[in-house]
Amino acid sequence: MELIVASSIGVLTAGGVYLLLRLRSFPVILGLALLSYAVNIFVFSSGRLATGLPPILAKSAPGYTDPLPQALVLTAIVISFGMTAVLVMLSLGAYLEADDDRVNMPSDEGANPEPAGSPAPGPEGRAEAGPDRAPGRVEERQ
Amino acid sequence: MNHWIIVPVVLPALLAPLIAFVMRHDIVLARSFSTAGTAALAAVAVGLTLMAAGGQTHVYELGNWPAPFGIVLVLDRLSAMMVLLTAVLGMIVLAYAIGTGWDRRGQHFHALFQFQLMGICGAFVTGDIFNLFVFFEVLLIASYGLMIHGGGKDRLRAGLQYVIMNLAGSTLFLFALGTIYATTGTLNIADLAQRVQEIPAEDSALVRVAAVLLMVVFAVKAALFPVQFWLPGTYSNAPAPVAALFAIMTKVGAYAVLRVYAIVFPPETAATGALPAGTLMVMALVTLAVGALGVLGARRLLPLVSFSVLGSMGTLFIALAGFAPETTVAALFYLVHSTFAAAALFLVADLVVSQRGEAADRLVTAPPAAQNGLLAALFFAGAIAMTGMPPLSGFLGKLLILDAVRPSDHAVLLWTAILLTSLLTIVGFARAGSVIFWKSTELVGTGAGAGGEARPRAPGLALAAIGAIMAAFLTLTVLAGPATAYLEQAAAQLHDPADYIEAVLSRAAGGS
Repeated sequence: MELIVASSIGVLTAGGVYLLLRLRSFPVILGLALLSYAVNIFVFSSGRLATGLPPILAKSAPGYTDPLPQALVLTAIVISFGMTAVLVMLSLGAYLEADDDRVNMPSDEGANPEPAGSPAPGPEGRAEAGPDRAPGRVEERQ
Repeated sequence: MNHWIIVPVVLPALLAPLIAFVMRHDIVLARSFSTAGTAALAAVAVGLTLMAAGGQTHVYELGNWPAPFGIVLVLDRLSAMMVLLTAVLGMIVLAYAIGTGWDRRGQHFHALFQFQLMGICGAFVTGDIFNLFVFFEVLLIASYGLMIHGGGKDRLRAGLQYVIMNLAGSTLFLFALGTIYATTGTLNIADLAQRVQEIPAEDSALVRVAAVLLMVVFAVKAALFPVQFWLPGTYSNAPAPVAALFAIMTKVGAYAVLRVYAIVFPPETAATGALPAGTLMVMALVTLAVGALGVLGARRLLPLVSFSVLGSMGTLFIALAGFAPETTVAALFYLVHSTFAAAALFLVADLVVSQRGEAADRLVTAPPAAQNGLLAALFFAGAIAMTGMPPLSGFLGKLLILDAVRPSDHAVLLWTAILLTSLLTIVGFARAGSVIFWKSTELVGTGAGAGGEARPRAPGLALAAIGAIMAAFLTLTVLAGPATAYLEQAAAQLHDPADYIEAVLSRAAGGS
């Protein structure tokens, strides 16, 4: 069981980090969601893994499992759920406002404070492979 | 048990929903309640500081559960001082936001503002590391709302970066907490301090991992080198009063580092040794260099101020990384000062932007602001404070830091870094000030579009808020003696964790 739990945390974290490093807000949100799943399992298992044991002292059970991580993970789940909701709203707002869901700031800050309506993709934008490269494509696919 | 300790958390927490639900359509009512609440918070903070000045560590047990089992709030000299600083800064920023009408440019400014104060005060008084995480989230979620207050394309996008950076930081925080709980079985700071000391050096790999993970988390908050990228974009795109309030948020990171690493992982810990101090010092030096170069290279005023905040965090952490009473005194003095300096510069920069019309905050010659002379004087004072020149308190702060790091092995390097970056910052500010305020006045004579539309003049309340910060500089300079005496006691209390541990855990041990 330890192996399964540990490798699932590892896989979730790896996927989360990979998505977090993408340049568009939608994969980044998914990445953060994966990371929060990973961390929830991690916190949950920090009280040691046990099967079939109650989280309180009971005469009928042979032992008990640590209840504190369960309480902690509940807090963490609530917070990460709220944060994800905020992030989705915020990125939706940024996308609708700018017609573009790239995460990076407009490259030039100073020379022209009001860039044109559809800013040219920076070098990072070009480097990104995948079907969602062109601005506007994301909307079509949803 | 003294119930006043929880007031800085409960008061804004009750006020914020009240403002959000009951007063959202009545700006006058919301303003009055928000101001009254912040004033009350300041009054309570003064009372708490006087209470803590006696030297006793006050503990508040939530739900009356004794320490390692329940959550505690702890008030000592350091946390009382930080709460007071928060309340005073909150009062000033609120006055400015009301004076300039920033609070009407979006929804729920006052409610978010109170939630922000709640999170910051809570982070300062908590004695439980998971509770610290919760208060971090409270202050962050309020700051997300404040950051995008008023809206706009650039602000939303900068806000998105800020949120993503901090969410990643929160995830790391949870990983660190899970590791700490798995290795020590507790999350109470005082209890942790005892358990970590008992871990022998050969079993300490996981504790070291947790210590470094926690440091990365706090470094995200404090904008230290490898994770500082969010700060310039966030601060320069946030509404000015919010950016001024955020000046205390980087200090929350500094406070958390000080609290956790001075009590739980002090340099004599077998498990971690000098690892945290050494790493922090390198991060601080690079942050300082990045900040100074950014000031020199900025092409707009707001990013320039943001980079100077980055530089001040670097300077602060050079002193903080000493983890000795002498260096902590210097760090705390500079912390108080640099909070006010950053706030003053953001508020002045906002007035400049609002009075310069199309040129906004770009460093180009343009028709001067309506109150060019006044703003120039305020900017000059703010720049003196930020760069650390006499006669304002920044000079004393840097002097204290330079003096405190003198016994260090790397004193020459640290002195060079601080003095050289101070020079670069001075050059950067001098260039910005001369372009915006002096070269622009020449355009009046040539009539290059100087008149035209009537430029708005700064409201009296906004100027009063900036005046209050200037008064704070003067007070801090004139009363530097008593202030340092208080900070010396605070640092001594912090670096003698036995007293803290005793106070927190006495009931569990004694069973009284």
